[in-house]
Amino acid sequence: MKDLPSIPKRIGAIKFGLLSPREVRKMSVTSIITADTYDDDGYPIDMGLMDLRLGVIDPGLKCKTCGSRAGECPGHFGHIELVAPVIHVGFNKTIRKTLRSICHNCSRLLLEAGKKDEFLARLDSSREMGHLPDDIVNEVFKEARKTKVCPYCSAEQKEIKFEKPTDYIEDGHKLTPTEIRDRFENIPDEDVKVLGMDPSSARPEWMVLTVLPVPPVTVRPSITLESGQRSEDDLTHKLVDIIRINQRFQENRDAGAPQLIIEDLWELLQYHVTTFFDNEVSGVPPARHRSGRPLKTLTQRLKGKEGRFRGSLSGKRVNFSARTVVSPEPNLSINEVGVPFEIARQMTIPEKVTSRNIELLRMYVERGSEVHPGANYVIRDDGRRIRVSEINKEELMEKIEIGWTVERQLMDGDIVLFNRQPSLHKMSIMAHRVKVLPYKTFRLNPAVCPPYNADFDGDEMNMHVLQTEESRAEASILMQVQENILSPRFGGPIIGGIHDHISGLFLLTRNENRITKNDALELLSKSDIRVLPEPASYSEDGEPLWNGKQIFSQILPKGLYLEFPSQVCFKCDTCKKKDCEYDAYVVIEDGEMIQGTIDEQAIGAFKGKILDKIVKEYGSDAGARFVDDFTRLAIRGVMKTGLSFGISDEDIPQTAKVQIGNLLNEAEGRVKKLIEAYEAKELEALPGRTLEETIEMKIMQELGKARDQTGNIAGRQLGLENSAVLMAKSGARGSMLNLTQMAACVGQQAVRGERIRRGYSGRTLPHFDKGDLGADAHGFVKSSYKSGLNPTEYFFHAIGGREGLVDTAVRTSQSGYLQRRLVNALQDLEVQYDGSVRETRGVVVQFKYGEDGIDSTKSDYSKPEAVHRIVRMVTGREVN
Amino acid sequence: MRKFSLLDHELIPKHEIMSEDELKAILKTYNIGKEQLPKIKIEDPVIQEIGAQAGEVVRITRNSQTAGQAFYYRHVIA
Repeated sequence: MKDLPSIPKRIGAIKFGLLSPREVRKMSVTSIITADTYDDDGYPIDMGLMDLRLGVIDPGLKCKTCGSRAGECPGHFGHIELVAPVIHVGFNKTIRKTLRSICHNCSRLLLEAGKKDEFLARLDSSREMGHLPDDIVNEVFKEARKTKVCPYCSAEQKEIKFEKPTDYIEDGHKLTPTEIRDRFENIPDEDVKVLGMDPSSARPEWMVLTVLPVPPVTVRPSITLESGQRSEDDLTHKLVDIIRINQRFQENRDAGAPQLIIEDLWELLQYHVTTFFDNEVSGVPPARHRSGRPLKTLTQRLKGKEGRFRGSLSGKRVNFSARTVVSPEPNLSINEVGVPFEIARQMTIPEKVTSRNIELLRMYVERGSEVHPGANYVIRDDGRRIRVSEINKEELMEKIEIGWTVERQLMDGDIVLFNRQPSLHKMSIMAHRVKVLPYKTFRLNPAVCPPYNADFDGDEMNMHVLQTEESRAEASILMQVQENILSPRFGGPIIGGIHDHISGLFLLTRNENRITKNDALELLSKSDIRVLPEPASYSEDGEPLWNGKQIFSQILPKGLYLEFPSQVCFKCDTCKKKDCEYDAYVVIEDGEMIQGTIDEQAIGAFKGKILDKIVKEYGSDAGARFVDDFTRLAIRGVMKTGLSFGISDEDIPQTAKVQIGNLLNEAEGRVKKLIEAYEAKELEALPGRTLEETIEMKIMQELGKARDQTGNIAGRQLGLENSAVLMAKSGARGSMLNLTQMAACVGQQAVRGERIRRGYSGRTLPHFDKGDLGADAHGFVKSSYKSGLNPTEYFFHAIGGREGLVDTAVRTSQSGYLQRRLVNALQDLEVQYDGSVRETRGVVVQFKYGEDGIDSTKSDYSKPEAVHRIVRMVTGREVN
Repeated sequence: MRKFSLLDHELIPKHEIMSEDELKAILKTYNIGKEQLPKIKIEDPVIQEIGAQAGEVVRITRNSQTAGQAFYYRHVIA
């Protein structure tokens, strides 16, 4: 292969400069002298703000400069000759600094020649290095300001005070823009260079405006209201003000008006020009519309979230999208999304008319836009869009011919993109197949909640309808939910059972459930199972009975071999594997579940070992089918047994309560002993800790231990027949800690990982003695949620709870910003076909993706067991 | 203070200057020019230590969590 040119294109440099008056006049197509816009016939006035040479916005008119029509003409600048110079607000800072560093008499930079050369040399070298000159220039300003007597003309320098917004006061006398401009004009080019400016593209005097560029009309289009009245853009209003004052100024000066009036008018002109650039300068009352609304001028257009950069360039609004609340529907496939009928009727897919589909498309048009699978628009071969209405649908149906396009309504089976913000990873936008449903919410299978991080407490999601064949093909191959079951983050399934799915299958597969034929058929009714296996046993009346493991086996693919410990595993020192006495070791042979219990480790999101294996071995189709099947089976399973939780499930026997009480008292006693030892200075400090830290740690340890022990006592009273324990042990929801807090003891409340210490001097609350180090004085909550907290406990609990809330709020905002920076830095990197990671210029970032070139979703965790499995499957022999 | 070789430090992976032929082979496998390699400044302490010149390419052999050992190539620039 021929050598490619190494780096294709590179921007050599970008240079910013100031617009000189000459440039403004050069780029201007006309001087604007009249404040009027349109004449009585509604035709733009020559040399007015809507002059036809500035570009056109009305259809039908032609631009006098370039001859193009509205939409083609980019617009052209005009200019206003200001009667007197005014300061440009945007340069106030630079003007102030420059004024203070030059001589008021000879305009030379207030530095010795040697110093200047030194700074110049430093600027040059920093430019060569590609550094910003800002720091050096600021040093120049600082140095020059210190000089009290001009080294060139020996004039004494006076302090220049800056007064908001645009006044410069020297020695009690206000400098007029003209004076400032004169001083700047006299600065020699060499001195300008020392100030970090390039005199050929940015002379300091250009910061004082003598001529104002007038933006093209295309930048400030007027809109015609329904009443036929014209409404001008805010910028146009501002320009009108400027021209009016400019004219009045001219007239007054020509008539020889008194100095006072001239000054007032000059200030007014300054005000209008200032607010034209920025209507939110501090110290300047914002210019308002007649209605009292502040005008949106140049700076306001660019700034902020809704400004040109963040609002129009970085982010845009899209068509063919819908948003509504989401709710669950376990009978849908994970690949589907339920779309409300009303949304489906408004969303369209363009379909080109061909000889093969013309009859079908005719049918859609015939139904019109009112009846569901209908059509909303028809596009003729010349590109005209015609809305399908009740009146014209028959006529349109007749007229349709090959080459036209029909925009038909969204139907079952169409592919759409579905998204929930914040879109933090690629699984936040996935492709689903449409299922049009009644009611007003998007419906999705709860198994796809984890990748979207969605729940149904009012979450809303967005849907985007794909408009081209290519995008639909790409979406269905790459973005469909089933193609994203495995997350590239950890190579395992991110989609999987949650809550009821886990409880349901846990209830179904544990123990030896006796399931009658009717129940078995009902459980499997929504899956594609046609034949039941040999029954496991028979009842006394000779009725066939199956067990839950058999039922679950029906949805497993043939030939699946798998062994793993489940979530309920007791983590014994030596795992007995197949001989596990707790039925916590799952064994699947040839798609037949031999033993074990299905729980979070088997089918849960982020964990699901079975799902992981099915996707990797049988492909995404089988994976999706398995998820669909087990969600339906689990829901029916949990409904068969029933699973509920109430306040009485937290009840523990009186004896246990007494035990817990005793245990906590003993712990308190031990804490008291520790404190006594500490106060008697008998306590030994731990290595690297102070005595205070040591006692805090020991108390925390003691109390933590006590809380765990109360949990164990409570846990002994509550077995797997308790639904909360069942949910916690199977991994469906909640934890044993949650249950401990509800039934036995809430435990220590902490702020920043320490016991609560803040509050009054020496104590947390007036209820305690000063210096009390005891458990209850520092936020140990003895009560359980069930028994209720006493007032001090309640208060400490609120402190700890508040910290949790603040933490989450801070964490999300910080990690969000971190993520944004990372994404911006990495977004253009791409894994090439040769496995290298490169950026857009072809510069290599990694020579092999992840250094090993492995796609984690395609790998089986690089474990030797994976090889053993393959050997076993192929040869039928065990290897080790 | 006794000066020690940077390369002896456990955090610094092996750096070596590549020969003309090796370089050619690498550039050919990736079908790129020298400019498209990641860069490293000649003032970099390791580069000073091994005495590589601007325009040369160094091969870095790193221990990798995923691959055990991974190669990286960096173009020395002035």
